Amino acid sequence: MPTNYPLILLIGIGNEYRSDDGAGLAVCKELKIKKLPGAQVIECGCDGAVLMEIWKDAKRVILIDAVSSGARPGAIYRFDVHTEQIPLSISFQSTHAFGVAEAIGLARVLEQLPPYLIIYAIEGKNYGNGKGLSQEVEKGVQQIVELVISEVQDTHQYHIPI
Amino acid sequence: MKTKTIKVDTLARVEGEGALYVKISGDKVMDVKLKIFEPPRFFEALLRGRIYKEAPDITARICGICPVAYQMSAVHAIEQAMGVTVGGQLRELRRLLYCGEWIESHTLHVYMLHAPDFLGYPDVMHLAQDYPDIVKRGLQMKKTGNAIVTLLGGREVHPINVKVGGFYKVPTKQEFKQLAEKLKWGRDAALETVRWTAQLPFPNFEQDYEFVALRHPAEYPFNEGRIISNKGLDIPVQAYEEHFAEEHVAHSNALHSVLKGRGAYFVGPLARYNLNFDRLSPLAQEAALGAGLGPVCLNPFQSIIVRSVEILYAFDEALRIIEGYEMPDQPAVEFNPHAGVGSACTEAPRGILYHRYRLNDEGLILDAKIVPPTSQNQKIIESDLRRYVEQAIDLPEEQLTWECEQAIRNYDPCISCATHFLKLHIERE
Repeated sequence: MPTNYPLILLIGIGNEYRSDDGAGLAVCKELKIKKLPGAQVIECGCDGAVLMEIWKDAKRVILIDAVSSGARPGAIYRFDVHTEQIPLSISFQSTHAFGVAEAIGLARVLEQLPPYLIIYAIEGKNYGNGKGLSQEVEKGVQQIVELVISEVQDTHQYHIPI
Repeated sequence: MKTKTIKVDTLARVEGEGALYVKISGDKVMDVKLKIFEPPRFFEALLRGRIYKEAPDITARICGICPVAYQMSAVHAIEQAMGVTVGGQLRELRRLLYCGEWIESHTLHVYMLHAPDFLGYPDVMHLAQDYPDIVKRGLQMKKTGNAIVTLLGGREVHPINVKVGGFYKVPTKQEFKQLAEKLKWGRDAALETVRWTAQLPFPNFEQDYEFVALRHPAEYPFNEGRIISNKGLDIPVQAYEEHFAEEHVAHSNALHSVLKGRGAYFVGPLARYNLNFDRLSPLAQEAALGAGLGPVCLNPFQSIIVRSVEILYAFDEALRIIEGYEMPDQPAVEFNPHAGVGSACTEAPRGILYHRYRLNDEGLILDAKIVPPTSQNQKIIESDLRRYVEQAIDLPEEQLTWECEQAIRNYDPCISCATHFLKLHIERE
């Protein structure tokens, strides 16, 4: 494996005071402990414009966020933003009117999308006020952590081109 | 008789979250029920038993868009309880931090959320297809506001550098040099923004509002002042609860703020502007007059121009503060905590934000009360919708729905500290 890894940004989105909306941040906390080489972990409770700023110069980005689509709580999705259409049934949880979906849409129009942008999304159950994740979402968080780790390792190992 | 109902469904499945319901019968609006606000009871409960030092950082989590406002109201309220006064450069730095937040919040709203309404675009993505440079300008301006908050607040979102008595760390004069250049660009861009918003098409709409804002003897208000209105209210902040009340309304779990014995009132940029035009910098006053605004603006749809004037003011004020900055000897005023009750109002981007804390001898919070601006505007938004729908009753459903959304957006309701946002549709019976 090369020693000079390309930098991958791992951005978790959410609000830890909105129950399962904190799932993306929970993934970040786990990933920070793992200290993955070549990966920078960023917790973002921010609006979409700040998100666009964070990923501005990055070549490779993995976003982790909670969604609601009516699926089973804890269900996990993976989208490659450049090659896949995100189903309309999926709504990214956002406490802002200018959230993840808007940031992706606007960055696409302004040609400011990172060349490699993957989204891991997890179906939440409860978005009410409060701290702590639902049991189902907690399990999903662990799965996403494993998936992201292996994705980062694959990227480094196989020199996945951008 | 033909009956028409406008309903709003929420996007999020969160109990107690937003809804709008308008019932029209013939040419009469029969009922308007709006519920866009959740009071921050969870946070008030969370604060109980915590040490006073934690209040600024915990309340900053209520809102990702206006954390500085929550921090400012928290520190001022606790300082009032402790008998602490923060002056000089530390006071100036607090104003500077607030400038950063106003720039961020107002620019986001003007460019990303409100402007598409006036230009007939469903969202900013469509606006950007036709006007990429304008949207890029908005993003760049917002980034400049972020730069202020990052430098003073320690990080872009949820600043962590604010403490009761001042800051944990203050910048050197040198650290402001690069920022000043960005702010000069921002001030020019803000001037362009005022001109750009001034030529948008506005519906004719005015009501006999009671505007409520802070008023300071010398400054456009951020952190301090008396609470005044255009209808004779003039009270110290500490008398807030004698004059304002939160009422439970039958149709929702939410609370509606009222001026006791008078009812709905209006907070936010339009209220601040109308009550403090003479406190704006000469540049901001000149730009406002050049944009065709008088010293008083009664049309809430024109709040987009007023927000732009406030962005210009914030850039101008930030530059004034930076130019006169001398690094203070101490980053904060020292004090010994003791029991007491303190309250404060500061001007969040969306209007006055009230905090009150009761503390024991050890500085532990016994109880807290927080009244954000969106809860205060809720009743006046209902009133606007009622009047606006009456006036526009013959519009096709799609357009009426669009304009109702726009009328709500005039107030930039803080969907962050209020609720996840709404989608509107009309049902006919």
